[in-house]
Amino acid sequence: MKTKYLIIGNSAGGIAAAEAIREVDKKGALVIVSDEAHHTYSRPLISKYLSGERHKEGILFRPASFYEDNNITCLTGERVDQLGIKEGSARLENGQTIGWQKLLLATGGKPIMPRMKGMDKRGVFNFITLNDAVEIDGYLERVKRAVVIGGGLIGTSATEALVKRGIAVTVVEMKDRMLNTLLDEATSRLAETAVEKAGVSIITGHTVAEVLGRGTVCGAVLDDGHEIACEMVVVAIGVFPRVELTQGTEIEINRGIVVDKYMATNVAGVYACGDAAEAYDFVYGSGRLVSIWPNAYVGGRTAGYNMAGKKMEYAGGTAMNSINYFGLDIVTAGLVMPADVSGHEVFTKQNDSVYQRVVVKENHIVGMAFIGDIERSGIVFGLMRDRVDISGIKEQLLADDFGLAHLPPELWRERLAVPAGARTVTSQEEVEEDYSSE
Amino acid sequence: MGAAVKRIYVREEVCMGCGLCRVYCQTEHSRSKDIYKAFKREMPLPQSRLRVERKGDVCFAVQCRHCDEPWCVYSCLTGAMRKDPVTGIVTSDSEKCIGCWTCLIACPNGALVKDRNNKIVAKCDFCPGQEMPVCVANCPNEALVIAETDDES
Repeated sequence: MKTKYLIIGNSAGGIAAAEAIREVDKKGALVIVSDEAHHTYSRPLISKYLSGERHKEGILFRPASFYEDNNITCLTGERVDQLGIKEGSARLENGQTIGWQKLLLATGGKPIMPRMKGMDKRGVFNFITLNDAVEIDGYLERVKRAVVIGGGLIGTSATEALVKRGIAVTVVEMKDRMLNTLLDEATSRLAETAVEKAGVSIITGHTVAEVLGRGTVCGAVLDDGHEIACEMVVVAIGVFPRVELTQGTEIEINRGIVVDKYMATNVAGVYACGDAAEAYDFVYGSGRLVSIWPNAYVGGRTAGYNMAGKKMEYAGGTAMNSINYFGLDIVTAGLVMPADVSGHEVFTKQNDSVYQRVVVKENHIVGMAFIGDIERSGIVFGLMRDRVDISGIKEQLLADDFGLAHLPPELWRERLAVPAGARTVTSQEEVEEDYSSE
Repeated sequence: MGAAVKRIYVREEVCMGCGLCRVYCQTEHSRSKDIYKAFKREMPLPQSRLRVERKGDVCFAVQCRHCDEPWCVYSCLTGAMRKDPVTGIVTSDSEKCIGCWTCLIACPNGALVKDRNNKIVAKCDFCPGQEMPVCVANCPNEALVIAETDDES
């Protein structure tokens, strides 16, 4: 099989690239290979599947006819096991070879598995893919209690789904608080309160040392010897880039695949995006692993354009999450808790139902966390993403009535006012002329 | 390609901040389409999908800009948010939206609204079925106008 474009990976990055390619090149042969045997689906929604709120069809990321509509050959349930970079080829596990002209590695991440005793027992799961959710779902009949290892985003979303299924959950977080990489201390505490209110036990400052059971899980032992009885363990301590295909090739790897501002690797014609790649993070000013869906999409889109010959730079991303587990709305972005606060200004606002925090460095927003009232958070994040100098409006960012009108007029005029050369088509044009003649 | 794209624009210099745009928006997005019922009778209460921004003497209405680079679409976790390739209008599929609010933080204009009743996002939909969006049609001072530009893509 020969194709112009080969995309390995069928999630946010791969789909975004395919959509961008089709905007530019309607005809060039496009093949997507995915080792998952599913139509493209939303990874973040596997918790809605597990909780029972959505069926498989309800978590599809694109309509059932997507591949057909876009003239894409999608090989699902197939794994690429070797790349021929010089020849422009990819070998599938089934022996088939695909020749390509442009290649995108949108291979995603794989769960980090701690080395501890008992990880091989039945009842130990990850929570990354739809298959993980299906397997957990099939196992729940015999489960009353579960231990979730890791109090990050994935652990929290697994916890919420399990709680909705009536499972008693204990979260074990190694650091001193849940969601510690995303939130500052005050926000973490509010999140923990909401989680505990739902009946979840949270153990912080400890790790699981061993999973107990004869063949199947019957408990977990913490590093201090404390034992927790449970029938299931969900390991959610993070993901690591899936880069095994680059082994033995010249493609440059740091922790993830190294890409430039066009999402291109050091090898001509080969691109990478999503959890597998280290895309540019504008807060850190360098390439960095940021495993979030929106950045995978934007990075994949950038890669797709460039693969199809339309130059486009990655606008840069940073960690940006909206978290709304257990009825609490939190949005967070960038560096919420700088390791060294010197040189940073931190603005906070707190009342009964609202907590807002903005971290500023050299008159630019580098981090934010909003809890409760999040409807205007996009305006603040927009200033952060666009690297706007906020020296004149710093003090107003957290004002109760903060909105677009507080920004420098040229900023909102550019977005809102009738652009030069546009034709006004509103009916009462004569009235308009009366105004302008005054 | 090359087709004209219509958008709602603001003439801030003539906006009086009367808020009628919000009144008509809320009515249009009600079940009864009746101004009184939309504010005082319907349960759940419908919502306006635009805001009037104010600071001192400055005021203007803001609804979804249906951006050329729609961060809400790129950020949408579920595939609910979509930009129509022909009309350029950005819509959210209420069946697919789960109310994760990722689009809320992604939108630099704060132009998306939480639909409190359904816990999903609500936004300007350009008033399908109407000749002109009702906020524009009913703005007494023509501070909201429709203009078209040539699609550059």
